Amino acid sequence: MTPDPSSRPHLAPGCRLGENQGNRVLLMPERALRLSGPSLEIVNRCDGKHTIAEIVADLQKLYSKAEPKKVEQDILGYLQLLHDQRALDFAS
Amino acid sequence: MIPCDLALIAELTHRCPLHCVYCSNPQELAARTNELPTDAWSRVFREAAELGVMQLDLTGGEPLARPDLSALVQSARDAGLYVSLITSGLPLDEKRLDELLAAGLDHLQLSFQGAREQSANEICGTKAHAQKLRVLDWLKSRRVGVTLNFVLHRGNLDQLDEMLSIAESSSASRVEFAHVQYYGWALRNRGNLLPTREQLMHSLDFFKNAQDRLLGKLRIEYVVPDYYAKFPKACMGGWARKAMLLTPSGEALPCHAAAVIPRLRFENVMEKSLREIWESSDAFQKFRGEDWMQEPCKSCDRRTQDFGGCRCQAFLLAGDASATDPVCSLSPLRSKVDAVLAEVAAIPAANAVVEPSWLYRPNPA
Repeated sequence: MTPDPSSRPHLAPGCRLGENQGNRVLLMPERALRLSGPSLEIVNRCDGKHTIAEIVADLQKLYSKAEPKKVEQDILGYLQLLHDQRALDFAS
Repeated sequence: MIPCDLALIAELTHRCPLHCVYCSNPQELAARTNELPTDAWSRVFREAAELGVMQLDLTGGEPLARPDLSALVQSARDAGLYVSLITSGLPLDEKRLDELLAAGLDHLQLSFQGAREQSANEICGTKAHAQKLRVLDWLKSRRVGVTLNFVLHRGNLDQLDEMLSIAESSSASRVEFAHVQYYGWALRNRGNLLPTREQLMHSLDFFKNAQDRLLGKLRIEYVVPDYYAKFPKACMGGWARKAMLLTPSGEALPCHAAAVIPRLRFENVMEKSLREIWESSDAFQKFRGEDWMQEPCKSCDRRTQDFGGCRCQAFLLAGDASATDPVCSLSPLRSKVDAVLAEVAAIPAANAVVEPSWLYRPNPA
C-alpha cells in the first residue's frame, strides 16, 4: 500500500515528540524511536498541515545530492511504516 | 556502560477493587500506611528522567485508588516522562478521566478479564466488566493513546473473536493479548488457567490472521506462553537492562516477581537515589550481564537474546534462581514443565473444570 500524496500525516493519539539526553525521540505507547537526520525532518513535518507531496518536495531540496526518486520512495516507506505502527494518521 | 533508555514501572498502591486470580502483585501486599507520599513519587520521577527513563507506567494494584493520581501524572509529565496509566477502569468517572488527561496523561491501558461479563467477573471476583465497556465509550470522544489488554487463559481462549470485536469497536490503536504468566497468585491457580496445546495453536492462527486484516488500523501484540515455547522469553528484556519496578513503599525491584527469590536485598528510594540503586544495588547487579550464568546458558548462542530466561521462574520451578529457565528445551529440567503440560493435555475439553475453585488475591491492610 502507498499513502495518498495529498493526505496530511499527523501524529496519532498517544504519540508525541520528546527529548531524551539530547536526542529527539518519537514517544508512543510502550516504545520510543530515536529520530535524527531525515527521520527527524520527516516527523517534524507530520503536523497535519504538510501534505505528503510537500514533505517529499521539502526533503528532496534538503537532500539535493540524493536521487529524488529514491528520496521519495524512502519517505513513503517510512511514513507507511509509522502508520502501520499506529504512530501516524493520514488525514485527507 | 549500563543502558539507560529504560522504563520505570511504579506500583503506586497494592489496593485494588479487583481480586484477579492471576494478579502480578506479590503475595505479601504493601499496606496503605506504607505507601510513598505524593512528594516522594514526584522526586523519584525527576530522578528517573535524569537517569534516562523515557517511559513511566503508573500501575498498582489499581492506581485510581490514589486520590493524588492526577497530581502524580502532572509531576511525571513536568519531569519529561511519557506517562501510561495501567488500570482496570474502576473507580473512574468522566470527570476524573478529564482531570487525568488535563494533567498530561499520554496513554491509558485498560485491562480486561475476558469478553463475556460472567466469566470476566468470575476471574476478578467482582462486577467489573460492564464498567470497562463504559470507560471505552468515554474514551471515544477524547484524545489519548489507548491500549486494551486481554489476559488469556484456558477459560477464555474461546472468546478471541469477541475480544477482538471489543477492541475494533473502541478507539484503541493497540491491543495486547497476554497469556497468564505463572508466578505468585497465578502459580497457585495454574491448574485452572493453563491452556491446552490445541487452544494455543488455534489462538496463534487467529492472531496471525487478525494482524494481517487489521494492519494500519489496530496493532495486535501477542506472545506465545512460555510453557509451550521452545526457548524462554527474554524476561523484562534481561535482568536490570531495560526496566525497574518500584513497590508502593519505594523498594526497587528488577521485575514484578523478584521478591520470591530468597536473599535478594532491595534498596528503597527513600534511602538512596534511583541512579545509585540502578547502577549498584545488589539486587540489580545479581543477575546483570552473564557472569552468573550456568550451563547450558553460559556457552549458548541464545544467551544474548533471551538472557537465560526468567530468574523468578528458574527459582520457582528449579529451586535455583541462577539455573537455566526450565521452560527452555535445553534445560535439564524441562521435563518438569512437560509434566505440567501432560496434566493439562489429559483434561479433555477446554472448560472441563466446572466451577473451579479459585484462590483470589485479597486487599492489603
